[in-house]
Amino acid sequence: MRHTISVLVENKFGVLTRVAGLFSGRGYNIDSLNVAPTHDPSLSRMSIVTRGDDATVEQIVKQLDKLIDVVKVIDYRQGDFIDRELVLLKVGTGRDNRAEVAQMAELFRAKVVDVQPESLTIEITGGEGKIEKFITLMKGFGILDLTRTGQVALPRS
Amino acid sequence: MSQSTASSKAPAPAAPTPSAPREVGPLMYGRDIFVEALERAGVEVIFAYPGGASMEIHQSLTKSKIRTVLPRHEQGGSFAAEGYARATGKAGVCMGTSGPGATNLVTAIADAYMDSCPLVAITGQVTQAMIGRGAFQETDMVGVTLPIVKHSYLITDIRDIPRVVAEAFYIAESGRPGPVVIDFPKNLQQDRVQPVWPTLDEIKRGLRGYNPDIRAGDLELNEIIGLIEKAERPVIYCGGGIITSGAAAELRKFAEAAQIPVTTTLMGIGGFPETHPLSLRWLGMHGSAVANWAVSGEFEPRKDPKQPAVRLKEGADVLLAFGVRFDDRVTGAFSEFAKNATIVHIDLDASEHNKNKRVQLAVHGDIRDALTRLNGMIAKRGGIQKTFPAWHQQIAEWKAKGSFHYEVTPEIANSDHMKDHLKGHEDQVILPQMVIEMLYELTGGNAIITTGVGQHQMWSGQWYKYSEPRTFITSGGLGSMGYGYPAAIGAKVARPDKEVIDIDGDGSFLMNVQELATAHVEKIAAKAIILNNQHLGMVVQWEDNFYAGNRGHTYLGNPDNRAQVYPDYVRVCNSFNVPAEQVIFRKDLKAALQRMLDAKTPYVLNVMTPYSEHVLPFIPAGRTVADMKW
Repeated sequence: MRHTISVLVENKFGVLTRVAGLFSGRGYNIDSLNVAPTHDPSLSRMSIVTRGDDATVEQIVKQLDKLIDVVKVIDYRQGDFIDRELVLLKVGTGRDNRAEVAQMAELFRAKVVDVQPESLTIEITGGEGKIEKFITLMKGFGILDLTRTGQVALPRS
Repeated sequence: MSQSTASSKAPAPAAPTPSAPREVGPLMYGRDIFVEALERAGVEVIFAYPGGASMEIHQSLTKSKIRTVLPRHEQGGSFAAEGYARATGKAGVCMGTSGPGATNLVTAIADAYMDSCPLVAITGQVTQAMIGRGAFQETDMVGVTLPIVKHSYLITDIRDIPRVVAEAFYIAESGRPGPVVIDFPKNLQQDRVQPVWPTLDEIKRGLRGYNPDIRAGDLELNEIIGLIEKAERPVIYCGGGIITSGAAAELRKFAEAAQIPVTTTLMGIGGFPETHPLSLRWLGMHGSAVANWAVSGEFEPRKDPKQPAVRLKEGADVLLAFGVRFDDRVTGAFSEFAKNATIVHIDLDASEHNKNKRVQLAVHGDIRDALTRLNGMIAKRGGIQKTFPAWHQQIAEWKAKGSFHYEVTPEIANSDHMKDHLKGHEDQVILPQMVIEMLYELTGGNAIITTGVGQHQMWSGQWYKYSEPRTFITSGGLGSMGYGYPAAIGAKVARPDKEVIDIDGDGSFLMNVQELATAHVEKIAAKAIILNNQHLGMVVQWEDNFYAGNRGHTYLGNPDNRAQVYPDYVRVCNSFNVPAEQVIFRKDLKAALQRMLDAKTPYVLNVMTPYSEHVLPFIPAGRTVADMKW
């Protein structure tokens, strides 16, 4: 089962390695990991998407909480949080299908951010379902390259 | 909103404004600030081996009131620091230079992590400008030790020295103790600044993500009393947490008030007096049969784990797990351990709850605080009504048949040891258990015992009885051979008033034999008994049980002359100016032990024993009480 865990950490030397090392050392999976400072520059927020049964996730949360530089751990359950992801993808296009790809992007409220003779680069933001669907559709046109931020999340209340 | 947050941590303001004027020192070298910070942390002794990246600090130490003990290998120094810590509860301090000096500390750091031992390990680092360039003796020490530390620091700003050192000691010693690494670049040792000394309060406030002061809830404690009143067969299973939190007196009060039998883990030995009528001794793979039965029940002995387990007697129906971590050497197969018991687990480390074994009541808090309050509740309600007479009767029956025992088996009678070393005096054979039993009698149980790792370690737990915390110092979790003698040095430095004896194996003793020099030169009267069977006895035991006795490089003697005692430990010790004796015959044992005890200097007894002796009881790894040989 996929879980999103938010980890508020001290913005200190080595903190990312400590968190990542904890996952690898204990055999936990990371599907995605996003980290950046919060409005308080002494703190960073990590959003980690991981996979595991309830007992595994319970251990992950408690082990993260033990790290001295971890200030707070939140294990989001379904529906209690807002999550977004940003994806940049470069789709191979020619004269014949450029308009079709641009139209598809518009349907998904994605933005074309760069146009080259043989490709379009598209920026899309959204929740997991929307992103996955868009990527699947774009595969039909030929994705040349893709990068994604991984999920970022905040609690609703 | 169903959000599970960590309860122990609450964000506090990032930079608390100082309410009082801060203590600012005169312009000082980084190395001098560092050593003064150690002094302010209450450090009395440091086990430190110098090198290029740490010699600056050694220069400062020559002017400090801190005693510097020079080990002969960084691993010896770091195990000695652990021995000091385990004997006192204060952080042990060791130091090595960058690169190999630092990596030689790694085993002790891992050991301290597994056994929750407060250790501050300091490493010199190459100058900051050279970090990452593959400089001479450069190792990324913070990176190397990341998975085996409670916390670690690379000092990057000379102004951070006072804070880093104060935090390191606070973190190492508080809560569930553990190792903290401080990596200290050489250029910062040589730079100068005016130090600003933080208060402990400022240190605590600065650590927003760390709160070691956790107390159990009243509701949970009341529930425990309710469970005891409903129980028929309660058992207390307690561990190293009792010792680290200083809860031994409260535990005894609690056990006596509720009349509940007590078993400890190997790490918990000394947390409850083993001479007490309620003591079941320690449990697990080589623990007492009585303790294992009391926890999980008595079974028809079976040869093959595929056969059904037939229960003869019920084990505990309520298991009070206090400051333990359900280690696999204790539980065997997790699912079968205390299978029919309602398990209460009090621990300061919430990540230990439900990690290896699902429990019915997980209580997060300090065990001394919890036991103190439980004792208060029991006193207030006028005691526990239940007295469990049938259960105590059952345990008395188990004790009558399941105590530790030894005998000269046919395997011993026909062993090479008899042919090679006893030659016609076979009746004079010394079994390892006899040595420890006799040592117990001669010392009245008042010594501090340290051990290496293996058979002798288990026998040291079985045949010496411990009544006080911090008197059995052993590498439990990591199982580090070579731990015993350096740990004895550290313990003796901490407790010069106590007799400190390393009961060791020949394999383990040889791994840090160079520390004989430390003991002699520093005049540290740590004693050692080598139970020398010329083999890696524990591996031999497994070879006998699971590999038809095929020896896979477990012989440590001289293959070209098996009758020779190899190496000659008496000559080895004498070359270090340490007096030593070899004992082969039983008639010589008592007098030799007495001479060792009477010595005011380091002293080594090399006692020859048969390698064909096995440690019993024995529950093979991952098996159950039904598979126990005893």
